[in-house]
Amino acid sequence: MISEQAKQRMRDLAARYPVARSAVMPALHIAQQEEGYITQDALQAVAEAIGLTVDDVESIATFYTMYYQQPPGKKIIKVCNSIACYLRGCDALVSHLEQRLGIKRGETSADGKYTLMTAECLASCGTAPVLQVNNEFVENVTLEMADTLVDEWNRELSAKETEPKTEDLASARGATTDRT
Amino acid sequence: MPELIITKDIDAPGLDTLDGYRQHGGYEALAKALKEYQPDDLVEMVKKSGLRGRGGAGFPTGMKWSFLAKNDKTRYLCCNADESEPGTFKDRMIMEKNPHELVEGVIITSYACRVSVAFIYVRGELALAGRQVERAVEEAYAAGYIGKNILGSGFNLDVIVHHGAGAYICGEESALMESLEGRRGYPRLKPPFPAAIGLYGGPTVINNCETLATLPAIVKNGAEWYASFGTEKSKGTRIFCLSGHVKQPGNYELPLGTSLRTLIYDEQYGGGILDDKQLKAIIPGGSSTPMLGADKVDTPLDFEAIAAAGSMLGSGGVVVMHEDTCIVGAVLRMIEFYRDESCGKCTPCREGTYWMTEILHRLEHGRGKESDIDLLVDICDNIGGKSFCPLGDAAITPVASSIKLFREEYEYHVREGRCMVGAGAALAAVH
Repeated sequence: MISEQAKQRMRDLAARYPVARSAVMPALHIAQQEEGYITQDALQAVAEAIGLTVDDVESIATFYTMYYQQPPGKKIIKVCNSIACYLRGCDALVSHLEQRLGIKRGETSADGKYTLMTAECLASCGTAPVLQVNNEFVENVTLEMADTLVDEWNRELSAKETEPKTEDLASARGATTDRT
Repeated sequence: MPELIITKDIDAPGLDTLDGYRQHGGYEALAKALKEYQPDDLVEMVKKSGLRGRGGAGFPTGMKWSFLAKNDKTRYLCCNADESEPGTFKDRMIMEKNPHELVEGVIITSYACRVSVAFIYVRGELALAGRQVERAVEEAYAAGYIGKNILGSGFNLDVIVHHGAGAYICGEESALMESLEGRRGYPRLKPPFPAAIGLYGGPTVINNCETLATLPAIVKNGAEWYASFGTEKSKGTRIFCLSGHVKQPGNYELPLGTSLRTLIYDEQYGGGILDDKQLKAIIPGGSSTPMLGADKVDTPLDFEAIAAAGSMLGSGGVVVMHEDTCIVGAVLRMIEFYRDESCGKCTPCREGTYWMTEILHRLEHGRGKESDIDLLVDICDNIGGKSFCPLGDAAITPVASSIKLFREEYEYHVREGRCMVGAGAALAAVH
């Protein structure tokens, strides 16, 4: 469900641009922040806030690659594989991560922890090879660094698992706030 | 070390904040522009400075501004910060480290062009850059540099930061406007050019991030001062993004006309080829510009000299390849990019980039035929000049230029079924 607060932010954006329709991309970004990917609810909420049809919003959401059509993993790893990173060994990095994470590029692990993708030139050619974890850069990545990163992610994600279901608590809190 | 303009204080701590920027003279140029100049005077100043666009085409900035249609429609400025040309990473640095320099440039340009709403279109993947620019715009609003009656001048401006969502094509100016209007990023037919009918149908100026970030220095120091850097027709400095097989890759701001050799080999810049190997090829301006052979290493990096050598200065992304690079493999990687990023609107680009990728793939993996090389050249001829927007023309440049320079490597792949050089060749030698 898209929160009322998010819907209000979308309506505010529609008013901020000279033409409401221009707010469709930022509104989709907001929806994805809430849902993790572009759900039917997300399309519906954006369409209502901006004053477009759901089909129209979907045609935009499916054009831009950063709007996910499927639920991604908790850690979305994008490895740049364009020319500058290619010359600096990104293919070996991708293969190494495939092996460590047990998934191929373009896949999400069955436990929902990881999505591994290759990305087009990420504007970090001077510090190649480079990857992004949930949109934040890690530069000059060596295979050793990749190992350390995977270990850190594994620790972080399994620590979250053993905590008393923080997500359920958070959603319970959200639900309470909505009722009051 | 030559004088720096755009990256002068780039590593100063706190430069990315309003206070830090002001400590280094930030927003003095804006105050000067509003107080001492009429908008048209600024257009003349920028014309005189010789500044040319830093996005790729190198069009004279002042002249672009003077083309804006004179009617009563609302005018718009779009800052193109959708940096995604392979080999280019300067705009990201400006946005992350000195976002106020860009914002000040946006405000000055808006005043000069009588624009009342400006947009900064930041590439979606550049999350930190996007946050930095948003914060800088907020700070500038709070300080009275953006909004109503800026610094008591009577000039009003609204600035909106817009985040892309993953589409190389939106760096093409008409696709950028489509995207800003809330549509799929398909390019528009030109003419009409944006200066006549652009965003929301109004006269629109679209400038690259680095171009706009150069303006505060020009206003502060004058057109003559700026024009004293560079060559006769390529004035000023620009940021060259050096990557690939060099010892010290990175962003280096240099006067136009500096030679490729200086950029690649000088200890202050590239420091030479990785592992002291031989230079093989250079892409001088992002992957959309033709490759140059090692014999062109003494070419000055200015628009005219690079054009005379057979390429383009493009976005300033200098990608260096050493002797162990398999050209077929490298070109395949570059063409995959254009295949993936073709928007699909026109047939030559959509189908042609796909076919080229297929053929290069079979050549690279030892399944190529002798006729494939000429077939590639033929496909290039069927895309070049025949696609809807410049993406098609860009896509053929790595293929066409590399076949011209390194045809024997393609032939070797056909004949031997493997790479002539590098890891691919070494692997085959072991077996």
